[in-house]
Amino acid sequence: MLTCNDATRLLSDSQEDRLSFKARMSLTAHLMMCSGCRNFGRHLQILREAARAFAAGEDERTGEEQGQP
Amino acid sequence: MSNPEGAPDLAASEELRDGPFIEDWRRQMIKFATLQLGNAQWAEDAVQEALVGAYKNAGAFRGRAALKTWVFAILKNKIADALRHRQRVVEASAPLREDDSADELAGPFDERGFWRTAERPVAWENPERAVHDHQFWRVFEACLDALPPQQARVFMMRELIELSADEICQAADITAGNLHVILHRARLRLRRCLERNWFGEGERPC
Repeated sequence: MLTCNDATRLLSDSQEDRLSFKARMSLTAHLMMCSGCRNFGRHLQILREAARAFAAGEDERTGEEQGQP
Repeated sequence: MSNPEGAPDLAASEELRDGPFIEDWRRQMIKFATLQLGNAQWAEDAVQEALVGAYKNAGAFRGRAALKTWVFAILKNKIADALRHRQRVVEASAPLREDDSADELAGPFDERGFWRTAERPVAWENPERAVHDHQFWRVFEACLDALPPQQARVFMMRELIELSADEICQAADITAGNLHVILHRARLRLRRCLERNWFGEGERPC
């Protein structure tokens, strides 16, 4: 049985590498029971998208829009 | 045209000089450098120097990916130089492999490794709306800025600069194991910061 520390680590690792079959199975079992880690997994996706949008200058574009009266 | 042997190299450096992607790189590099140096002018200087190196050596690289890795490795050195110059020697020269397990991020989990009640992630409302909100980006930047320097550096290499895990290990001289530990910590911390300062209105699951 994975702890939340283990599960979030696997979720994080899966952003770099494909997890082993065994790791995917234990992770799936944990996520079925743990809403906190399910949310964490979604947050990782949002973090990634936000970081890329930030690097692409999205924050500056919203800044310009808001600068208009 | 009349120089078929030199043509590929010439093409590569031409592309580097004129390609629209160079503007994207520049923007990423400026962000990367500014967040780490905390000073726009120093960041500008470091990026400029790194790009000059890139222009000079564009012909020696096959493909953009290899060149990009290399340019960012140079930038990282320029940043380290600039930090040292600011007498932040300890921080700048701290090797990335140094274990920062003593940092306060025993935080989100209890001693058995499960979420503490107050730390358990909640569902975030309307994340797609946040990216269009100027204020969200100020929070995002502040949260990045609040990461410990090692975590910030590696996280930015991975998610802002989009280097692969292998490339980061090489550029930062760390093992794959270290990379995963650092990214896990950085993501836990960033997530918590965004939830506390932006997305925190959702119901906490029991």
